[in-house]
This record gives sequence, C-alpha cells and structure tokens, in this order.
Amino acid sequence: MLPYLTLIFACQLVGETLTGVFALPVPGPVVGMVLLLCYLMVRGSAPEDLERTADGLLSAMSLLFVPAGAGVILHFRLLGEGLLPLGGALIASTLLAIAVTALLMRWLTRGGRDA
Amino acid sequence: MPDLQETWVYLSASPLFHLTLTLLAFQAATWVFEKGGRRPLLNPVLGAVILVVLVLLATGTDYATYFEGAQFVHFLLGPATVSLAVPLYRQWHHVRQSAVAIGASLLCGSLTAILSAVGVGWALGGTEAILASLAPKSVTAPVAMAIAEQIGGLPSLTAVIVIVTGILGAMAGPYLLDLIGVRDWKARGLAIGTASHGIGTARALQVNETAGAFSGLAMGLNALATALLLPIVWGLLF
Repeated sequence: MLPYLTLIFACQLVGETLTGVFALPVPGPVVGMVLLLCYLMVRGSAPEDLERTADGLLSAMSLLFVPAGAGVILHFRLLGEGLLPLGGALIASTLLAIAVTALLMRWLTRGGRDA
Repeated sequence: MPDLQETWVYLSASPLFHLTLTLLAFQAATWVFEKGGRRPLLNPVLGAVILVVLVLLATGTDYATYFEGAQFVHFLLGPATVSLAVPLYRQWHHVRQSAVAIGASLLCGSLTAILSAVGVGWALGGTEAILASLAPKSVTAPVAMAIAEQIGGLPSLTAVIVIVTGILGAMAGPYLLDLIGVRDWKARGLAIGTASHGIGTARALQVNETAGAFSGLAMGLNALATALLLPIVWGLLF
C-alpha cells in the first residue's frame, strides 16, 4: 500500500509543480490524475495494491469536503444578504446543468433516437 | 470543576479535538444516511457540516481554530482527486467509445451552469460581486476560487457556493435524473460531475463504478473548460 500511496502523492506533487511552473488553468491534483492515468495506460494494467489504495481513499471522499463546508460559518452575514439571488441561482443552475448534460449525452450516445 | 475546564482548554486547542469532531460528525451523518435508506436527500456531507457548525457555534470556536485540526482531512482531497485515475482507467473503454459525445455534452453543460447561474442571480437582484462569485460554482473549489478572483468575485464566498452546489447536485441530481428518465450510468455520472464536481463524484462512486468514473472525468474536464471559457463569457456579459 505504501509504495502506491507514495505514487499518488508524487503524482499530485508533480501536478502541482507543473501547474505552478506553466501557470496552467487546472488544479494540481487534476493534473496529477491525468499523470496517474497516463502511467496506468503505459503500464497496461492497474496493480491490485494501487486499486486497493485508490479505492480506499475514494470511499472516504465525501468526508473530505466537510472541513471546507464548515467554512460556511465565515459567511453567514453575506449569505443572508444575498439569500434570494444565491439560493435561486444555485438551485436553478445546478438542476439545469444536470438535465442539459444528461439529456445531451444520452441523445448523442444513442445516435439521436430518443431525444 | 476546574479540572474539566482545564482539560477543555487543553483539548480544544489541540488539532486532535477538531479532527475527531469532523470524523464523528461524518459518522453520525452517515449513520442517519444508512438508517434512512441511503436517500440522496440525507446527504452525509450536509449532515456532517451542520453538526460541525452547531458544535463550533455552541463552543464559540472560530473557523481558523477548527481548521487547524480539520486540515488533515481536507489535505486528503488532493490525493483522492489523483486516485480518480483508477476508476477512470477501469472505465476507459467506455470513455473512448463516446469521446465526442462526452466533449459536446460537457461543453453545453458547463455553459449552461455558468449562464443560468449568472442569469438567475442577476434576475433576482444579485450584485456584480455576487454574480462573479456564482459564475464558476460548478467547478472544483481551487479552480472556482481562482476564477472568481480573476473576474472580481469573493473567493471565500465562492468556496462556500461550490460546496453548496456540490451538496445540492448530490442530493437532487439522482431524483432529477430519474424524473427525466436518464438511466444510463455514463450520462448520469457525466451530468453529476459536470454540475457538482467532487461532492457529486463522491456520491456517484458509492452508487456505481461507471457513474463514478464518468463523474470524475467530467469534474476534471469541466475545471479545464470553465477556466478557459468563463473569463471570455464574462468579458462578453459585462
């Protein structure tokens, strides 16, 4: 497990470095994800221990958003003042984006049969 | 009880306390989620955030003190994002098959998220600072914060907006997708990841491996698309 945890951290580190050096518009971890994906493609298979390590981290992914979410405590006043535009925009736009993406994807992958 | 007081002062200053609080709150919220039949409405991220905020308010703890402990959990977001390469690799044959459909759906979804957020926010009387903080709401937090700053929003407000968007997508997305009759895991995952980044992806991974891989892919691609498109769209709008 440790070698693959090291590999995951190293991918992120290289990703963060590339993002910083080339001022890329994507976050370091996303570049790290691409790097790890390239490694797996070159290798031609995913080592079982890497799968176990990655799946372990991913099974706890929801938990990892809790500290950032608690940051809501810093913005109670601002959120209260902009409740209507913020709430309305968040609900409408999240639902619309989901519907548009899903319907278009289904339409395109089924050759337009059931739009 | 001076001893208890002293112990509290010691414990509340230690990172261990707020780290444990975060884990306990999440486990309690997960327990409710499981007991309630794993309904998306009982989203454990939302439940845990509410519990943590209540404890912080009740104990008069400021966010910076809380984050000293919670940062150890927060830090793992990076490695977890890198780990998304593994389900993505396992699903790569699906991705290659529908590369054009993925690209087109993602671009339209990304633009829909930006334009509808700014449009509805504007119609409901949002100030320009609020609109600029709203515009990048569907992308993962670090990218969203950088974009918000670039176009005149408040990065820390954007962070909260991004989290709320993620929770909303994870909660309402499955119901909406059932309602419009989209059952294909690829389309469901792509939609959830485009609209609600990592929080949606975390939820999708729990439900289905294909949905999770497509959601993770959409999250990464939308970060790129929004970072490139939004400053241009913003320039056209304002």
